[in-house]
Amino acid sequence: MNPTQTLEPVETEVEKKYKVIGTRPIRHDGVDKVTGRAVYGADVQLPGMLHGKVLRSPHAHALIKSIDTEKAEALYGVKAVMTAADFPDAGSRTANLGELGEVPLKPMCDNVMASDKAVYHGHAVAAVAATSPHIAEEALKLIEVDYEVLPPVMDVLKAMDEDSPLLHEDLYTDELGEKSSRPSNVASHSRHVKGDLGEGFAAADHVLEREYRCATVHQGYIEPHAATAMWNPDGYLTMWVTTQGAFAVRTSVHQILDIPVSRLKVIPTEIGGGFGGKIPVYGEPVAAVLSRKARRPVKVVMDRTEVFLATGPTSGSYVKLKMGVTNQGRITAAETMLAYEAGGYPGSIVALGGICMFAPYNIDNTTIDMYDVVVNKPKTAAYRAPGAPNSEFAVECMLDEFCQILDMDPMEIRLKNGAKEGDIQSHGIPHPRIGCIETTEAARDCEHYRTPLEGPNRGRGVASGYWVNAGLTSSVTARLNGDGTVTLQEGSTDIGGTRTSIAMQLAEVLGIPVEDVVPSVVDTDSVGYTEVTGGSRVTFATGWAAYNAGQAIKSQLIEQAAEVWKVDKDQVSLADGVLATTNGDSRSMTLKELAADLSQKGIDVGSRETVTPQNHGGAYATHVVDVEVDPDTGKVTILRYTAVQDAGRAIHPSYVEGQMQGGVVQGIGWALNEEYFYNEDGLLMNASFLDYRMPTSLDLPMIETIIVEVPNPGHPYGVRGVGEVPIVPPQAAISNAIARAVGVRLGDLPMSPQAVVKALSAKS
Amino acid sequence: MASKVHVAATINGEPVEFLCEPRQSLLEVLRDELKLTGSKEGCNNGNCGACSVILDGLLVDACIVLGAEVDGCTVETIEGLMGSEGLHPLQQTFLENAALQCGICTPGFIMAGKALLEKNPQASEGDIRHWCAGNLCRCTGYDKIVRAILDAEPQLEVKK
Amino acid sequence: MQAFDYVAPKSLSEAVSLLEQKGERARVLSGGTDLIVQVRENRRDVDLIVDGKKIAELMELSFDSQSGLTLGACVPCVRFYEDARISQLYPGLNDAALLIGGTQIQNRASFGGNLCNSSPAADSIPALIAHSAVCLIAGSGGTHTVPVEEFCTAPGRNVLGPKELLVSFHVPPPPRNFGAHYLRFIPRNEMDIAVVGCGASLEMESDGRTVKKARVSLGAVAPTPLLVAEAAAALEGRELDDDAIEKAAAAARAAARPITDMRGTEEYRVHLAGVLTRRALEKSLERAKED
Repeated sequence: MNPTQTLEPVETEVEKKYKVIGTRPIRHDGVDKVTGRAVYGADVQLPGMLHGKVLRSPHAHALIKSIDTEKAEALYGVKAVMTAADFPDAGSRTANLGELGEVPLKPMCDNVMASDKAVYHGHAVAAVAATSPHIAEEALKLIEVDYEVLPPVMDVLKAMDEDSPLLHEDLYTDELGEKSSRPSNVASHSRHVKGDLGEGFAAADHVLEREYRCATVHQGYIEPHAATAMWNPDGYLTMWVTTQGAFAVRTSVHQILDIPVSRLKVIPTEIGGGFGGKIPVYGEPVAAVLSRKARRPVKVVMDRTEVFLATGPTSGSYVKLKMGVTNQGRITAAETMLAYEAGGYPGSIVALGGICMFAPYNIDNTTIDMYDVVVNKPKTAAYRAPGAPNSEFAVECMLDEFCQILDMDPMEIRLKNGAKEGDIQSHGIPHPRIGCIETTEAARDCEHYRTPLEGPNRGRGVASGYWVNAGLTSSVTARLNGDGTVTLQEGSTDIGGTRTSIAMQLAEVLGIPVEDVVPSVVDTDSVGYTEVTGGSRVTFATGWAAYNAGQAIKSQLIEQAAEVWKVDKDQVSLADGVLATTNGDSRSMTLKELAADLSQKGIDVGSRETVTPQNHGGAYATHVVDVEVDPDTGKVTILRYTAVQDAGRAIHPSYVEGQMQGGVVQGIGWALNEEYFYNEDGLLMNASFLDYRMPTSLDLPMIETIIVEVPNPGHPYGVRGVGEVPIVPPQAAISNAIARAVGVRLGDLPMSPQAVVKALSAKS
Repeated sequence: MASKVHVAATINGEPVEFLCEPRQSLLEVLRDELKLTGSKEGCNNGNCGACSVILDGLLVDACIVLGAEVDGCTVETIEGLMGSEGLHPLQQTFLENAALQCGICTPGFIMAGKALLEKNPQASEGDIRHWCAGNLCRCTGYDKIVRAILDAEPQLEVKK
Repeated sequence: MQAFDYVAPKSLSEAVSLLEQKGERARVLSGGTDLIVQVRENRRDVDLIVDGKKIAELMELSFDSQSGLTLGACVPCVRFYEDARISQLYPGLNDAALLIGGTQIQNRASFGGNLCNSSPAADSIPALIAHSAVCLIAGSGGTHTVPVEEFCTAPGRNVLGPKELLVSFHVPPPPRNFGAHYLRFIPRNEMDIAVVGCGASLEMESDGRTVKKARVSLGAVAPTPLLVAEAAAALEGRELDDDAIEKAAAAARAAARPITDMRGTEEYRVHLAGVLTRRALEKSLERAKED
């Protein structure tokens, strides 16, 4: 365990010009959350509410020949039973999944509840609403489903075989834009080409070619999915949902149920973690249909087993990588094939894996082939920097191998090849102003990296990571109150303190304390359209909307003060919460005084803002980890960890550090122990927190953080998304550390104790 | 159906009587019958600690205690932590240290921290990590949680 | 969850008569950390839960220098390791009590519950075997005893009749120059099921080097926890040097006949059986020297 030497919070550089930004206020929703008063998804209780439970497929791959619900319906206390037949025909309509884009509706409906075929263990097939959760569970046992079991397809490469069993007879490969001649489990094959590989490899002095694999892993949020629906006889449907995007739920449910969007209000509850997994809908449309049938409110809460069985793992993947470097450590060429599991329906995040893979480096010649492949596992969902850890793991491990061949410092090779503004990325888009070099330099110069690591079976690993981040649409409504405070309503659900990081940007504009901004996350009827909390975009984009709202309120206040003082508005300023004339007559009043005056006059000051910013800037991170390997058991202990990251501008440094630390620890879990373990029948064997081994507090040292600030020119305060990139480097950093500790390179994740022992015995 | 049992317990200092089905866990009773939803269900099998409460002075997972078992017992939940003088020091240090992100594990961690510091007021970082291994957090990487518990120690000492 | 009745009898005779009425449909509740989860997950059918925690004999924890330790079947781990004297006298049991689950589990889970659950990977069983613990079992016909190593018969199965219950463990007083240890391998540092567990105890001659009596036990390498007599035979009467320890470890590897599952492959578990046997013996020796 790391000694407690770093207990002092790491201070970041804050420019003097900001009064609020860069400070560490207590979050606005904090008291609710430390007292147990905050209402999360499963905490919703309504009069007459029923409890819904979902029956799930015991098979990984099976035709559903018939479902008999008669006995379940007859059980005392059961008020409604449903199957996929209760959903309207999806036809060829599409649905919007925010960060994941536009997708066909039919697979989304089928994923919510299987119509003719179950394509993974735990796939929903029917549901019951009853007066207690126990009765609903008893009723599930009375539903009779006749399955015809089919062979499961569990491995991405085997699924790509021409003779593999097919998940969907009507799925044809989109092969570089052309439809394939025969159905396949490969949903798409796409490619990015830059430069000339032949030339690039010819210029290399050393070429390596390796395979890398990532097991299927889960986001692991502690709060299971929960949705409560109340469908009124007048056709209006209200839903309380724990989600990353109330509007995304509204869109999905209105499309699946084919009801007008105006009849549906989604009220987001507090959300107990998401990491990308709470973007798709699961129990939401089910709760709605059960409520319509039962004519009572229905709450559908998953248990942990259901969360593992049927919700968003991220893609298991196969990556083949070939890279060449010169004796001086310059990367001359990289060729890669990425095959990502999509789960039971098309739509893995392989495209983002491709975009991010080489982004930390300026490489002249690259070719990236990307395959989206269906397998009999749950439909994958986004997971923190979706797609990027799988592909960047390969690059970062191979770079370290080159470092050993060339006897070069891992920071040096990264600086030598590091991406800069204007460099053309592998998909043809030039980098904007980015902090790749600055981040790597800060890692090179940090105390941790400069301190030698000593002792047997110990090694230090380094890896970098890139995440593209997202912009997308965000809205806020801000209103000035008579006491000079500002009520701020926002559409972004708050998973990690964003009420405050958004409010801070508005407070900065007006020069008022952040405590004078009262933020709340509101329902879909009460604020403008807002995309999901994802893509590390909320502090960036919703913060920008709040900034604009602040500017609008500021100019309204200046106008009103000018009116009071009968001067031109150009002669009024607002700073530090005080309005003053600038024409030399020294008149002034506080913002609070003006607010009280305007309130009495009945003049409303406020603004509604919607933004869709484009220049979100990419995020870079470089991590340093020290490990110790027990060569007898293969167990890897994390001795020390430092994460360095470009935040653009850290609005609330504590929560930036928190994102970095949380991302690192998810990466450590992914690296060492987390995996979906399927048996030969394709059944998930470890659907519990006992056997799906996420890190506990005892498995970790303190996670040291260094925030680098290379302001993003695409944001008024220079903000870059910070949430996702810290999950990218840990896997490779740890693999590299193991290699340097005990001399074995592991390219398959997780690097579990038995995998380490196996590698060690193969070496000796 | 099995008949309900009558249970009389002291919950957050108040005498409470309720009827529950024998199959209802203490967590279900707290949340569904007594409307104390501050204790959370994360796993329902004793592997995440989100439902941690203090039963007769011992930290337990309420999901693997039957409601019927607490007859005659004392139960402390997150709802009872705030006294007349305001937030408990642990609640305050969790806020000051940004020791929560999504907050779903927070009530369980605070109850775990309370039970620890009552037993070991000078718990070290290692003691805290060991004690809290049954409480999962997926957001914070535990760093700021450990610091928050350490920070509460001198404040609790002063209170004594 | 299926419906069931709950009773908390105050006496052993009351508990036995309840079991007589309900037979296999009744189940004794101790800490509930396995039973409640199994019933909830439809892995066990019950009509009646008989809470043992109000019965004095099942909650007894006492030590007598003549008869040794009496450990009631429902005594939670926390009571064991917070008893300064008993935890020191039975270090292998203390090791197990300290590493079952996390804090919350240790405040509920008991040695008796762990044994009656009869998981091959149970942490307390190899420790009980290493300490030569004997079970006291009660039924309508009175009581009888069974050594812990003979209690489990298959995964989840044991010698308890449908109308019997485990009352307590009786563990002989530790002899002079005695040391014991239990350890397990898990991928995390807490909150995990043993990939392999190993208990050992050593009674040394007064020279401090020669092994007078040894016991080595393994968990998670067979359908039931094992007492590895061959490992003890490799040690007794010999000086405990590297060679002797390696012979014992080899005996442990030979005795292991594990399966491959999500927690470990057969090959890895056999390997670990040897590694853990070595470590358990080294720690036991260290403790015997301190004794």
